[in-house]
Amino acid sequence: MTVRIDVTAPDDPRGSSVVANAPLVGVAGLTACRVTRVHHVDGDLTDAELDRLCHEVLIDPVVDEAVIDGVTPARGRVVEVALMPGATDPDARELERAAVNLGLPDIRVVTARRYDLIGDLSDTDVATLTRRLLANDTIEISTEGELPAEFAGTAAADVRVDPVPLADLGDDDLLRLSKDRVLSLDLTEMQTIQGHFATEGRPPTDAELETLAQTWSEHCVHKTFRARINLTHTSSTGEVTVSFHDGLLPALREVTEELDPPWLRSAFVDDAGIVAFDDDVDIAFKVETHNHPSALEPFGGANTGVGGVVRDVIGVSARPIACTDVLCFGPADLPDHELPTGVLHPRRIRDGVVAGIGDYGNKLGLPTVNGAVLYDRGYVGNPLVYCGALGILPHGSHPTEPQVGDRIISLGGRVGRDGIHGATFSSAGMDASTVDHVGSAVQIGDPITEKGLIEVIERARDAQLYNAITDCGAGGFSSSVGEMGEDLGVDVDLSVVPLKYPGLQPWEIWISEAQERIVIAVPPANLDALQALCDAWDVEVTDLGRFTGDERLVVRHGATGVVDMPMSFLHDGIPRREMTAAWTDPAPTDVTAPVPTAEHVLQLLAHPNVASKEDIIRRYDHEVRGGTVVRPYVGPEADGPADAAVLKPLGTDGHKAVVLSNGICPSVGRHDPHAMALLAMDEAVRNLVAVGGDPDQVAVLDNFCWGDPTKSDRLGSLVRAVQGCTDGARTYRMPFISGKDSLFNEFDGEAIPGTLLISALGLVPDLRRAIDSAGMQPGDDLWLVGTHEGALGGSLASDVFGLGATQVPAPLDDPLPRYRAIHAAIRDGKITAAHDCSEGGVAVAVAEMAVAARLGVSVVVPVDGLDPFTALVNEAPGRLVLSAAREHRDLVEAFLGGFGRRLGEVTAGDDIVFRVPDNTDGDGIESLSLELIRIPLADAVAANTKGVVQ
Amino acid sequence: MSVPILIPHASGTNRDLEAAQAIELAGGKPTIAHVNELRSGAVKIADHAAILLPGGFSYGDALGAGGRLALELRTWFADELAAAAQAGRPMLGICNGFQVLVKAGLLPGPMGGPRSVTLTENAEGRFECRWVTLKVEPSCRSGWLGVVGGTTIRCPIAHGEGRVAVADDAVAARLEDGLVAFRYLADGARPTSDEPVAAGGAYPANPNGSVNDIAGICDDAGNVVGLMPHPEDHVLDWQRPSGPEGGSGLPLFEAFVAAAR
Repeated sequence: MTVRIDVTAPDDPRGSSVVANAPLVGVAGLTACRVTRVHHVDGDLTDAELDRLCHEVLIDPVVDEAVIDGVTPARGRVVEVALMPGATDPDARELERAAVNLGLPDIRVVTARRYDLIGDLSDTDVATLTRRLLANDTIEISTEGELPAEFAGTAAADVRVDPVPLADLGDDDLLRLSKDRVLSLDLTEMQTIQGHFATEGRPPTDAELETLAQTWSEHCVHKTFRARINLTHTSSTGEVTVSFHDGLLPALREVTEELDPPWLRSAFVDDAGIVAFDDDVDIAFKVETHNHPSALEPFGGANTGVGGVVRDVIGVSARPIACTDVLCFGPADLPDHELPTGVLHPRRIRDGVVAGIGDYGNKLGLPTVNGAVLYDRGYVGNPLVYCGALGILPHGSHPTEPQVGDRIISLGGRVGRDGIHGATFSSAGMDASTVDHVGSAVQIGDPITEKGLIEVIERARDAQLYNAITDCGAGGFSSSVGEMGEDLGVDVDLSVVPLKYPGLQPWEIWISEAQERIVIAVPPANLDALQALCDAWDVEVTDLGRFTGDERLVVRHGATGVVDMPMSFLHDGIPRREMTAAWTDPAPTDVTAPVPTAEHVLQLLAHPNVASKEDIIRRYDHEVRGGTVVRPYVGPEADGPADAAVLKPLGTDGHKAVVLSNGICPSVGRHDPHAMALLAMDEAVRNLVAVGGDPDQVAVLDNFCWGDPTKSDRLGSLVRAVQGCTDGARTYRMPFISGKDSLFNEFDGEAIPGTLLISALGLVPDLRRAIDSAGMQPGDDLWLVGTHEGALGGSLASDVFGLGATQVPAPLDDPLPRYRAIHAAIRDGKITAAHDCSEGGVAVAVAEMAVAARLGVSVVVPVDGLDPFTALVNEAPGRLVLSAAREHRDLVEAFLGGFGRRLGEVTAGDDIVFRVPDNTDGDGIESLSLELIRIPLADAVAANTKGVVQ
Repeated sequence: MSVPILIPHASGTNRDLEAAQAIELAGGKPTIAHVNELRSGAVKIADHAAILLPGGFSYGDALGAGGRLALELRTWFADELAAAAQAGRPMLGICNGFQVLVKAGLLPGPMGGPRSVTLTENAEGRFECRWVTLKVEPSCRSGWLGVVGGTTIRCPIAHGEGRVAVADDAVAARLEDGLVAFRYLADGARPTSDEPVAAGGAYPANPNGSVNDIAGICDDAGNVVGLMPHPEDHVLDWQRPSGPEGGSGLPLFEAFVAAAR
């Protein structure tokens, strides 16, 4: 018997949120919306038992109204929305558990949401609201009116293993097979597989073909980053240089090996990079992307993006301690008619992604502390979601060698059809039909299950219960078990795998990317201890099989053979790609700079890429674990953006802290991807130095999001960016310790701007000396470190004011001495505030400091031979604005040496005043100067914190 | 001899480590134990002088924040909790722990009676993390909390369902009769007066729309206290951001541990 229970909180703010958003999707007539939680309970309950379930669990007597065993009478147009059967549904699961708690008979539950839409609404309005605000048909079903309960299938186990005949297939047939099965393999790879099984004298099974597609996917094996590439580089004057690149990934690794600092623990070999925190503790750091899933189902995509990268950190035996996120979206105000078919509106993607990140990070109890949000038309079809995670582990505690005879143990979530083909799907471009083909690749996370993994792995590590560990991510078991058993060989039985619902074929179980799973290699003698630990922490344990020593991948389902291949073919059989790349430098343009006005500065301050993201950031817990020293927003009103995050890992001794920062400048990359890499690295370092980080112990991660690398211009830009990274690593003496590439970010043949994220991890020697951008006092001197640069290419000003500049600022040859000088001054306690000059140049940096501190400033901007506009807004690297007490002027001058010059002072006044030197009297601050711009502080606050220009 | 304080952990609990740190700094001896360990008897509630229910998302806050753990407390540990209350042992619930105590009927109590107070969705309709200023109500009848009565505490909130709501005015009046333990204060950056000013329901000083700016309450006997903000995240000097001055949360934990002694 199935009973429906409707619960409504009349003042549920989710209803008002629908009303507030309706006009944004073109629906004017919605006046009210009531949200009802619908529960379908299937079970043998008496009326008294049902009553207990409702009143002791479901209904809050203070705020809820309920209809038990019936349907809420319609108050308006009714729309009901439910997750597709089988999707993760925590409310359903917890209600089932609550029944057990109460001693009731077993029940099965599915849930739904119901919206009563009240107002003057046409059929089209209801359809628009449903499609744009209430439901996402990638993962949900919806209808106007009542939605019947649909329980997940009860199909019998399906142990069918089908052979896939390849022997007679021609080239076209092979390519069609690759596309139809979403294998994302090219012709050479398909032919290699065909050849291998011709030698074996049998066709591959479906599972073997899928295993190869997962393991050989761009996502898992980084084909482009291992390819041999010929680059033709044409300069703006037409000079042509051809160069050969023997692998991009090897080039990045080579620099790290060359630099090899003593604090480097592990780079590129594992799920995350590892560096030393102190003698006893190491730090693990990883940044991933989850772009394609977030484009289709923003909440679930970002949600599982956080879950995935946190598992990368668990996968090196670390306890996760913080998250980061960098997000790139199309313009939030994109007109509807400019939205391509099959694409969600950037605003919806943003809101879903932000909610998804917050939900997962907050529920794991991890502070989300560093990030960025960029808006650009180039990301309309392909948003970018970079998720990072930081963890700590005792030095030397991460075991990496499975032994013959060890059991292959899977911990955590159950397997469903969700997340099938994630790895291969992310290795192809998207178009309007993508949803139909790969909807199953998208899923929703279950952070509480992952939280259990965090607790269990930390304890299992300390008790030395396992010999190796890996995250179960892209490619599912096929990748995790396949990689862990690469040297030894494995024998796995899929019939023991706990499923979310029956009916999965063996190949589906094998490659499912169902979330929240970790695989470990456990000596048989430790199994009982592991089981006891997992029972105590509510974590499910599955013994999949053993490490054999025969160097074969053997998978069965009970007695049925599923996969039997040599590990050597799986891991070394993939042919290396030969690729062609081309890059042409843009022709320089003549740029006419306007006469700068207050309006210019206010427009930059209010630009979505500069203005406060506080409404996003406050949805993330940045305080949990009690270690946050420098927060995302600083100053007396806690609304000035911080340059970087400083964290003291809970449980570590002393006053040493970790600093996290990032650099990203895709606008520069449009003109010069090589410079983009160097400028992004500079941005990451100067942000890190600005809060007190030591520039001599910085590790970086690369994250490349690019278009289709089989197109030579995309690949050309990618190769130039990698060259910039290797040059930058040497210049800044910063090793890359891990990285990630996400290619094929194209929609209908349009590529995103090649986007490199540099994430930096450093140390603050004494957190009591950490500073932020708002700590100055009236009367303090303001100092400028670094010199301007006339080139405005890639700058926010060129974009906002339509200057059409293509020449980008020159990267620095020798940046470390200036950063060491600043660091020494900060470490000595002489600097009260610091802020880096990035988007909007010195003008925005100074104004942001004033806004953050709610103080006036008066500065004389040195022009360095440039026109005043360019001097104010250029985005040359290597520049920071510092403040220091006037009494320390001589000391600060000594610390900064030739790198710093006095810029002006902090005032108790209400204005931000920019002056320029009177050129007839020289360039110094003490000389005559002319007032150029005066901005009331209140106007700057409104522009920067509210995005409003009066 | 240090005082044994129990910090129960349910799947999804996540501020247990900071809570343990605060208890240690306050001179107590914290034990974090999973509910499963309490149920199996591996760890006993009766062996502890006080209970601190920490923050987090027990069971993912499915079916309403804290509701599932509240049900477990009522169905599995009702006798032990009654015995602890009988013995006058202090109990403190923070954030999710406060939600659990309210949903279990322990706050404002008595357990088993009809529930007239709840914690529900923030008025702004979203999770929010920011620092707030709290006043420890001097009129609160909690004896152990009275040690810090009248002081202010600066600490963060981090919750989506922190709005204190009451069934009717009579319930609100009952709370005002000595059961209000903490109130949100206005925290303008540059206070113009030395007298603390109540938030007056204004966002963001009252970050969730709680009735009468209530941030925390106690039970009739005053042993059981709960609050939404996180004083355990401000027990060390460097944890406080720039901005409004405000007290540490440590004296609150010292009072809690002292009462358990």
